[in-house]
Amino acid sequence: MTYILKPQLHHPALAKNSLGYTRRDYEGSVSTLCAGCGHDSISASIIQACFELELPPHRVAKLSGIGCSSKTPDYFLGNSHGFNTVHGRMPSVLTGANLANRDLIYLGVSGDGDSASIGLGQFAHAIRRGVNMLYIVENNGVYGLTKGQFSATSDKGSKSKRGVVNTDAGIDMVSLALQMGATFVGRSFSGDKDQLVPLIKAGLAHKGAAFIDCVSPCVQFNNHTGSTKSFDYVREHNEAVNRLDVITPRDEIRVDYKPGETVKVQQHDGSILSLHKLNDLYNPASRAQALGYLQARQARGQIVTGLLFVDPNAGDLHDAVGTVETPLNALGEAELVPGAGALERINAALR
Amino acid sequence: MADAAVSQQAPSAALKGARINDFVVKFANVNGSGSASANGMFARSVMRMGVPVAARNIFPSNIQGLPTWYEVRITEAGHLGRRGGVDLMVAMNPQTWDRDIAEIEPGGFLFYDSTKAMPPQKFRDDITVIGVPLTAMCNEAYELPRERQLFKNIIYVGALAGLLGIEPEAVESLIRDDFAGKDRLIKANFEALHMGYGYVRDHLKPLPLQVRRADAVGDRIYVEGNQAAALGAVYGGATVCAWYPITPSTSLAEAFTGYCQDLRVDPQTGKARYAIIQGEDEIASIGMVVGAGWNGCRAFTATSGPGVSLMTEFIGLSYFAEIPAVIFDVQRGGPSTGMPTRTQQADLLAAAYSGHGDTKHPMLLPADPGECFEMGALAFDLADRLQTTVFVMLDLDIGMNEWLTRPFQWDDSRRMDRGKVMTAEELEAGADFGRYKEVDGDGIPYRTYPGTHPTKGGYFTRGTSRNPYARYSEEGAVYVDNMERLLRKFETAKALVPAPILRSAQGKGGGGKTRDGVIYFGSTAPAMHEALDMLEAQGRRLNALRVRGFPFADAVTDFIAAHDRVFLVEQNRDAQLRTLIMTEGDVDPARLVSILHYDGTPITARFIAGAIAQRMAQGHTDAGHIEAAE
Repeated sequence: MTYILKPQLHHPALAKNSLGYTRRDYEGSVSTLCAGCGHDSISASIIQACFELELPPHRVAKLSGIGCSSKTPDYFLGNSHGFNTVHGRMPSVLTGANLANRDLIYLGVSGDGDSASIGLGQFAHAIRRGVNMLYIVENNGVYGLTKGQFSATSDKGSKSKRGVVNTDAGIDMVSLALQMGATFVGRSFSGDKDQLVPLIKAGLAHKGAAFIDCVSPCVQFNNHTGSTKSFDYVREHNEAVNRLDVITPRDEIRVDYKPGETVKVQQHDGSILSLHKLNDLYNPASRAQALGYLQARQARGQIVTGLLFVDPNAGDLHDAVGTVETPLNALGEAELVPGAGALERINAALR
Repeated sequence: MADAAVSQQAPSAALKGARINDFVVKFANVNGSGSASANGMFARSVMRMGVPVAARNIFPSNIQGLPTWYEVRITEAGHLGRRGGVDLMVAMNPQTWDRDIAEIEPGGFLFYDSTKAMPPQKFRDDITVIGVPLTAMCNEAYELPRERQLFKNIIYVGALAGLLGIEPEAVESLIRDDFAGKDRLIKANFEALHMGYGYVRDHLKPLPLQVRRADAVGDRIYVEGNQAAALGAVYGGATVCAWYPITPSTSLAEAFTGYCQDLRVDPQTGKARYAIIQGEDEIASIGMVVGAGWNGCRAFTATSGPGVSLMTEFIGLSYFAEIPAVIFDVQRGGPSTGMPTRTQQADLLAAAYSGHGDTKHPMLLPADPGECFEMGALAFDLADRLQTTVFVMLDLDIGMNEWLTRPFQWDDSRRMDRGKVMTAEELEAGADFGRYKEVDGDGIPYRTYPGTHPTKGGYFTRGTSRNPYARYSEEGAVYVDNMERLLRKFETAKALVPAPILRSAQGKGGGGKTRDGVIYFGSTAPAMHEALDMLEAQGRRLNALRVRGFPFADAVTDFIAAHDRVFLVEQNRDAQLRTLIMTEGDVDPARLVSILHYDGTPITARFIAGAIAQRMAQGHTDAGHIEAAE
């Protein structure tokens, strides 16, 4: 495979955001994934979300593990630093990067093999530490790059393309993230951009560990009858609990007065999440209710999507560690090196 | 021999021909009994009298109930390695009685708790036995079981002070310092101390092993290598520490935490200028270090052999993606769980070549806590300069024992070497940035920190092959070019790691004129120096080279070429330094003779001198191994 560059020529009529960037400025190189791959739709949604949020592209750091999904950070935000780490270990690298510079926005992109199988431990621990990030799992329930083995999110009883039945219980990443203390948890579907783009925007704006499980059918190995992660299965069994709009502080705040239909949630950065409730029973402010609701719907074979839980006042790992406001990587000798005088006092105490 | 006879020994015999400031006392205890602090107090009280000590803990992987030993060498001459042999055994553990008695030098001394009389056959004819009824004294003086146990230790320190001529004022001054502000504890410890001291004054005579006030400690400090390395990391500008508990490295991360709390808090806000994370395992710990290093922080982890194995994949990534990281490997006895509380130098190969594919990593080899501090700070400059993982190879002996070492020094004009980092201004001015591009001929490319410039200098870091502009490439020629550049970078490291130190043979024939040499490193150093003195006294003269860094300086191969026979002294079974030297340098293996000590205890001067003397007496030069077990 060779590296494919996109033409740099931009159409002069392309819309620009307030920073002067077009949507193209948030793109990356041409995807090398299979035509029709759900992951490419997610990349497009990430590009759309960053463009709409008017993020300076270089202020985003994108990290991934190994696998089809982990290749995608090459295909968006081409001016951002990216780090394709080792299999299942992106969460620790992202945690370290976040510790070094709290001012960047951290986007972790992973797959179900990378995060639910080899990387389940690191996924859980990064979430429970409250690392300030948006962590997206592009979940196709299959190992694509090694040609079709089951992953840990494959549902028990689902059939592979070769007709093999999965006998192991599937891991529900959303339930796990809720149990591990994620402060923003959502699920969406790669084919539902209207739902996914606002979710990504809200997740990027969230302070704390934000997680989105994005079901993303594998056109080669997991988009057939018998798969619970095929386009058809997801479309038929999707139970959306809400529709989300993200209103950033830069936007004019629109107010929707219809009581009982919307919930407004203000996040730490001033952004307002406007939730149009499709289901009156659903309250995204309760972790316990979210878990119960998920399990009840799962028992009926339904895939619940939408913003399932958010704590708008969440803290993050830097709050827990109590680090200074200046990014640690910007501190110099004056702040870090105690000097000869302090050393003499230390010597004296060791005599 | 009955206790009464000992107690009645003739007063005039006691000090005749006494050995002054040169003997070994070993304490045999049960761990968890509070003996460690009392034994440490004994050692430090000798130093308060101006006499150097070398103390070593030999402890089990256990919290309570197993045997533990503490060996204190009192050495005005300043021999800080282990000598071998014991002159006075303080036998406080019935479990190990027989082996403890057997270890005493002929003519040596045994100190024990004589509350329950031992049958004569439990002693030896060629040693002198001193009994003090410690348990009986404690039971009479204290009500609470915990007090009885703890103060028994202080009582024997008092008794030993009386027997060995240690001034009670020296112990008192330590107690005052250790319990400053806790007057009740000071008073109680004073009482216990004088209970033991008074008993000896009233019932026994001083031993012919005596501590005399001297002025041989100078301005040296007494500190563990782990603590020194942690302080080095503070001075080296490390801000992120991610670690997972593993003996014998845990106290390094804990010392870093303590120093940061003292020295790295913003005085205005009270906020931390550091982040310390206890990872869920070693893999996550090194992952965080790599992430922080990629993002422009100085970051490290502290671990031991099993941890290094787990970190291997990330170490390979750091090598190939060229990300600075520092690993303190405090080596212990392997393989597998091995002997987790015993010392070895057995991770050399695992560290040097950690990774898959062709990888090699710079290593720093400190020989004492003073060097742990210096190399602890230097490692961060080297990691940034070379954009790779740098190992600092301590071992349990240096890491977890307090050593007398020269005071830490720092030059306030010193600046961190952040290496080749391209700034937003340089990018804006049109600098050609290729993350993996050779620029200066030293194999080291430029890097940018994430977030530097809106449109220039961004790149996608990966462990996969790529071209000089960081773009994915599986072209064979592109891959080979990159691997060759990494080799040039390793060559550049040769001049950056600490140079070896030569100690020329002394005595007749002038300095350095001998065909025999010895190469050694790390914690072997003090025992090696004493062994060289012992060998010279026998007329066996050797030039000695202490290796302090990897890749090896050319001076190492030159040294081997300049001698007919070179002994390689190391604390592992497989002669790992020898393998490294043979692999990395053009040397004649037939000249290299390994002297190996790997039973888990720190190497002794007697062992080294004996093994080398035996080989030199044989007079032939073929390669071979002389292995441990004294």
